Amino acid sequence: MAFAGRRDAPEPPDFAILKRLARDQLIYLLEQLPGRKDLFIEADLMSPLDRIANVSILKQHEVDKLYKVENRPTSSTSDQFCFLVRPRIKTMKYIADIINADKMAGRSRKYKIIFSPQKFYACEMVLEEEGVFGDVSCDEWSFYLLPLDDDIISMELPEFFRDYFLEGDHRWINCVARALQLLNSLYGPFSKAYGIGRCAKMSYELWRDLEEESESDSQGRKPEIGNVFLMDRDTDYVTALCSQVVYEGLVDDTFRIKCGSVDFGPDVTSSDKSIKVLLNSQDKVFSQIRNEHFSSVFGFLSQKSRNLQAQYDRRRGMDIKQMKNFVSQELKGLKQEHRLLSLHIGACESIMKKKTKQDFQEMIKTEHSLLEGFDIRESTSFIEEHIDRQVSPIESLRLMCLLSITENGLIPKDYRSLKTQYLQSYGPEHLLTFHNLKRIGLLTEQSPGETLTAVESKVSKLVTDRAAGKITDAFNSLARKSNFRGISKKLGLIPRVDGEYDLKMPRDMAYVFSGAYIPLSCKIIEQVLERKSWLGLEEVLRLLNGNEFSVTESAGEDSPAWESQRIILTVFLGGCTFSEIAALRFLGKEKGYKFIFLTTAITNSARMMEAMIETKA
Amino acid sequence: MSRARADEEEYWHSSKFRAFTFDDEDDELSQLKESKRAVNSLRDIVDDDDDDLEKVSWSGDPVGSISWSIKETASSSTSSLESRDSSLQKGYSSYSAFPKQASSYSLSSLFKGRNKLPSFQSLSDALSDTGVKNYAPELRRPKAEYKDYSSDWSPKDTVRRMQRGKVCSLERFRSLQDKLVLLDEAVAGHDGNIITAVLIFLKRTLRKEILFQELEVRQVALCHLIHFLKETGEQKLLLDLLRFLDRTEEVALSQYREHLNIQDVEKRREFLKGCIGLPFSAEDTSHVQDHYTLLERQIIIEANDRHLETAGQSEIFRKYPRKASILNMPLVTTLFYSCFYHYTEAELSALQIPDKQYVLTALAARAKLRAWNDVDALFTTKNWLGYTKKKAPIGFHRVVEILQRNNAPVQVLQEYVRLVEDVETQLNLATKYKCHDVVIDTYRDLKDRIQLAAYRCKVERGSAEEEKIDSILNNTQIRWKN
Repeated sequence: MAFAGRRDAPEPPDFAILKRLARDQLIYLLEQLPGRKDLFIEADLMSPLDRIANVSILKQHEVDKLYKVENRPTSSTSDQFCFLVRPRIKTMKYIADIINADKMAGRSRKYKIIFSPQKFYACEMVLEEEGVFGDVSCDEWSFYLLPLDDDIISMELPEFFRDYFLEGDHRWINCVARALQLLNSLYGPFSKAYGIGRCAKMSYELWRDLEEESESDSQGRKPEIGNVFLMDRDTDYVTALCSQVVYEGLVDDTFRIKCGSVDFGPDVTSSDKSIKVLLNSQDKVFSQIRNEHFSSVFGFLSQKSRNLQAQYDRRRGMDIKQMKNFVSQELKGLKQEHRLLSLHIGACESIMKKKTKQDFQEMIKTEHSLLEGFDIRESTSFIEEHIDRQVSPIESLRLMCLLSITENGLIPKDYRSLKTQYLQSYGPEHLLTFHNLKRIGLLTEQSPGETLTAVESKVSKLVTDRAAGKITDAFNSLARKSNFRGISKKLGLIPRVDGEYDLKMPRDMAYVFSGAYIPLSCKIIEQVLERKSWLGLEEVLRLLNGNEFSVTESAGEDSPAWESQRIILTVFLGGCTFSEIAALRFLGKEKGYKFIFLTTAITNSARMMEAMIETKA
Repeated sequence: MSRARADEEEYWHSSKFRAFTFDDEDDELSQLKESKRAVNSLRDIVDDDDDDLEKVSWSGDPVGSISWSIKETASSSTSSLESRDSSLQKGYSSYSAFPKQASSYSLSSLFKGRNKLPSFQSLSDALSDTGVKNYAPELRRPKAEYKDYSSDWSPKDTVRRMQRGKVCSLERFRSLQDKLVLLDEAVAGHDGNIITAVLIFLKRTLRKEILFQELEVRQVALCHLIHFLKETGEQKLLLDLLRFLDRTEEVALSQYREHLNIQDVEKRREFLKGCIGLPFSAEDTSHVQDHYTLLERQIIIEANDRHLETAGQSEIFRKYPRKASILNMPLVTTLFYSCFYHYTEAELSALQIPDKQYVLTALAARAKLRAWNDVDALFTTKNWLGYTKKKAPIGFHRVVEILQRNNAPVQVLQEYVRLVEDVETQLNLATKYKCHDVVIDTYRDLKDRIQLAAYRCKVERGSAEEEKIDSILNNTQIRWKN
């Protein structure tokens, strides 16, 4: 899409060096255990590892066999074991069991644990307790940052969300600080830092500590990234809970994009095998549809396939020489395009089939009602029926959470009845899930005696007037304090639309949710960048519980001519969705910014809900 | 290239916006189908060789990827990578491109062959070129290996040193005062790893009551200890801590959680029985009670039905063998199961369930068995005058949907389509599921001649429906609105 007359967004810096750094360090660590060895890899590390190395690299460094770290005794005969793991207690016990079994059998081997991205004291404590502390050597592989695309860097730490927001554990903050330090040293110095959220603040402070200590000499270096913006996921849960309707988000919701690639099953490939496809800007078809609303994608694909057909058809009138040219010069590109096109068409078809089967249209309608705050009773019954019909347990949870957050908690009667029905439909052990959701604040019950400020009751009156005739609704909303509603109103998150919202030529970021809602997280970023501060957003900040900051790092160097000032590193602590990425890419095109996304992991509503479910040890 | 680009631009700008719905199967899917056809028609031109296709194993992982290789090790753990590779090379001999070594070669040269390959720019060269030498990817021995025995670091410095991965002895923090200052410094440092490390030390060197008491006023540290105890599985200490804090509900939930780890159903049932008396909220107490009752019931049903099934006496089990055991399934699933296998038995009343959930589930089960009489009975009510009437606690459009999913015949389906209240929905459903009679009658009632005439081409030629339409259209009594 062209945006004539606007400032072009600058090009992002090249992040390939991050991969090389990680790969080189891994190779160095492997060589610390000379000789042939078996490598045990944690399941979660396999995909990230695949993105930076391959089997032959490992083989060249004398890795013999590869195993997945899992609960089964090994039959390997190698006399050196190397474990490449996340720092987890469970994994330590698994390793200790292997070592102790060897000891019992009187077998001696060398063991090495490589922790990624860092080692925890608690892990060493377990090794000590299990009596294997001296038997293993430990190293750290500082693999903090995996570039997934030109503008996306992932820390691949999905557990960050649960560990920090549910358990209140600060164990990953150090990793975030170190990631910032690394990026600052390679692409900085950052001249301005903004942030919102407690974790953002702590990460920032820890990073500054590290910088002060390292006394690195960044003076006079020309930065490639000028600004950094840190945000806690709990600043905006609503956006992450919505169904995604931009193509990349929909592909993620439907097929799960893992580490930048997706497994398209037989239903997509129309053959008997699955294909793993890398989804990034290198894919010429995908790169043009990833940020589009799903409805625009069909038309684009059919246009594209018609073009392709036409290009093939040109063969008909060709003589031998032309044909030779065609085959040698164009055919390969056309074939590649053909392959991609048929994959994405297959994916669209499969998405459509799945979505039509599950009342997607009605669900979206319910979500929009919740966002706008009317027809709450109808939405509640929709959710209830969703539960009663035993449709997806994750979707049911997600809708309940969306209802709770937008309404500032469920009224006790609804809470109890939905919970009971949920337990009956999906299993009583979800009692624990509800407890977790309550603790994290995603699904709460309004306490009966909540009082209202004058403003708030006025707001809720406005809201409920639209659902005319619903006396119970009006009554209920009077009894709740409405933070989301308040924030939404202050920031204008629900666009006023006369007629249809043109999804092909969007006018604001709301297009990522069919024109119904501007993602809160993105709106905050937009507002702050526009003002170059938090000034004027005091009321919003009060409703968001504050914890904002804005710091100018290098005073006096604020020379606006630098392209880097328009490159913004946005750090999502607790995960970021493809819808948010699409919205900010759109904003970037509009305003001439280039956003670089650094996230603890790519997330979506299902991943967030799943993180709240208790599983057996 | 530029022409294609122009085409796209034109497309994005020119195509008119239309409201998009996911229900709009006809339009959007046909567009997709059309594109698919176009692309597929090209397949035979294209499919002759796959040289730029990624090699993919049957599991879908690219051959040569690490995930693929691990699966291979798992399936034949005796062969080493080397032999595997050579055997694969034979298998894939037609593909000249496998295995690709080029990129990995240059990489290993980073470390081994810098002198042999002077043209290759090593990582360290590359780094110093761009002036980022100060970034340290720690290619020296890791810091953790250094030991530091100096013992007069301040609490703050101690925390800082630990944060940098240096081993520090905490043993000299012996007074409670020192220990707490150390803990507070760790919390102020924002590094959870260090906070936990200090807590491990405090836990070892303080009586638990003293520790608990101090943590009560240090919420951040408290969270870390609770999380640590959960992870290490020190359940007893965790419960002591929660009791000390008076978090009785969490005590109960934390104990209840253990049932997830009990595989044996009898043991699980016994365990749940013990959970009933735990200090849950009133609401949760009844949920846990229900959980116990449900499992108890399931154990009885399971034993009984397994016997019936193996004996081979019961027709329903012969006709529809059970796919899985009913143990540990949710209540609604159990209800479905019972409605399927034991509909006429008294068994059902033992399961307490709200009306809506019951009707939905029973309907699905009976429809699956094509027991249309049972379906009928489910919705039939008699009033005091003895008239029968159809009523449902759920919308009849849902009933239709469930029936349709179970391939109900049109006669059954249209009876329920007629009961859908909203005329528009009714018409949509009737059209979608080809309940011609309903469509025809509705258009007649709406006096919509144009639509009725249009519908005529959707029914089979010479059919009774066509005749019916004709006779209505020819009926001069009707005052058409168009």
